[in-house]
Amino acid sequence: MTEADIKIVIFQLLKQIAPDTEPSMLLPGDNIRDTLGIDSFDALQFLVALDEKLGIEIPEQDYGKTATLEQLVAYVQTRMK
Amino acid sequence: MPCLQCQTSNVQWQKVQCQKVKIMIEFKMPSLGADMEDGTLREWKVKPGDTVHRGDIIADVETMKGIIEIEVFDEGIVEKLLIKEDEKVPVGTVMALIKPLAAEAEIKKEKLPEAKPVEIHPIEEKPATPTMPAHEGVRASPLAKRIAAENHLDLSAIHGTGEGGAITREDVEKAIGERDIKLKPRTPETPAPAASTESIRMAVAAAMSKSNREIPHYYLEIAIDVSKAMAWLTEANRQRPVQKRLLPVVLLIKAVAKSLLEFPDLNAVWENGLQQKKDINIGFVVSLRTGGLVVPAIHHADEKSLDEIMETLNDLIPRARALKLRSSELSESTMTLTNLGDGGADAVFGVIYPPQVAIVGFGGIAEQPFAENGMVGVRPILHATLAGDHRATDGLTGSRFLATLKNHLQKPETL
Repeated sequence: MTEADIKIVIFQLLKQIAPDTEPSMLLPGDNIRDTLGIDSFDALQFLVALDEKLGIEIPEQDYGKTATLEQLVAYVQTRMK
Repeated sequence: MPCLQCQTSNVQWQKVQCQKVKIMIEFKMPSLGADMEDGTLREWKVKPGDTVHRGDIIADVETMKGIIEIEVFDEGIVEKLLIKEDEKVPVGTVMALIKPLAAEAEIKKEKLPEAKPVEIHPIEEKPATPTMPAHEGVRASPLAKRIAAENHLDLSAIHGTGEGGAITREDVEKAIGERDIKLKPRTPETPAPAASTESIRMAVAAAMSKSNREIPHYYLEIAIDVSKAMAWLTEANRQRPVQKRLLPVVLLIKAVAKSLLEFPDLNAVWENGLQQKKDINIGFVVSLRTGGLVVPAIHHADEKSLDEIMETLNDLIPRARALKLRSSELSESTMTLTNLGDGGADAVFGVIYPPQVAIVGFGGIAEQPFAENGMVGVRPILHATLAGDHRATDGLTGSRFLATLKNHLQKPETL
């Protein structure tokens, strides 16, 4: 998957979790949860959806490495290799 | 003179009917919170003659908090629907009459010959409920017979697909489904909840205004070192797939529920005095993305495991945000818990949801300097608060409750 493909998947899943937000407007350095107003419950639902869609399970200790959009995309790319 | 309620003039029938009316269960428009004054019936889910059991959903009612599935809390047979769909009625209005199952036997007793009053008119022997065709000679499983009887279905009209042509449960359920479709054309999908941001805001405003007007609050706060709880949770989650992970709030819910076991005066309502509640149903505040909040109940939270509480949240929170809750979830909370989550304020001092008498608030967990045993260290600290109704309890009770809560969170493995 290209970086653009990964972003599309991330935006789709975030939109499912928080339908009233516009994930595609996220800037690379934006903190995803803070910018979209996602609470811990929705954040966990997003991780579950990401696992089901891409088969990537993000352990708790890596949460800090996936806070911004660019961090998350890079993390997914690395794990998919 | 005819019976005022059942409108029959036959003397004996009147007696039987009046006896029936007297023992009918009146199903009323429920109050789904202190803020609810009326509700609009959107759809009946039952019809006269249907058997209902405790917990069955019998109607959809539109409130300021969306379209709520209304459950029945008795067992019986629906006798009469008194309210039409799309009718708006005040809380407490009788919506339907339900004949309790136990009443069946009583009514039959009334009809025994020795119980007959002296009567000069011919007596029409009407059964209290529609009779069922006898099932003698029909090959059917006992379960199939029972389901057919409960649904007033004639087994002789069903083609059996079981061994030797016996009628199975599946055959009966299929026949009931086909009959119900004929009786009532399938209605379109329930429309989206009509509750708006404004109506939710007004519901919250009404409840909170009533609370502030009537309840003399006292407030307490305690700082809790949650390093042990967080370490336990991290380890527990390390061993779980992402679908089974627990959120910190699950520990908080269980710790509050266990603490309430020791302080029943806080698990109570104030209605003409303090009334303790037997069950511990934690009202969990769910913020809506568009503003406002709803507070569904986590029933029997003290009896649930941490995994069961998480499963309940997985079910409740999405439905709460979609405003698709059941009446019991909106009306049976015995104490409220509000949790701000991480990244926000350190503490929240709640407003009690009447007629409850207490609300526990949790701020975000943040690293802070913390002194213990003469040493200062940096620890994850959680500020827990209690707002109590001073009519019901005093600060000492609340203080002991918070200390107990703190102790439970130091032993996460026992939660």
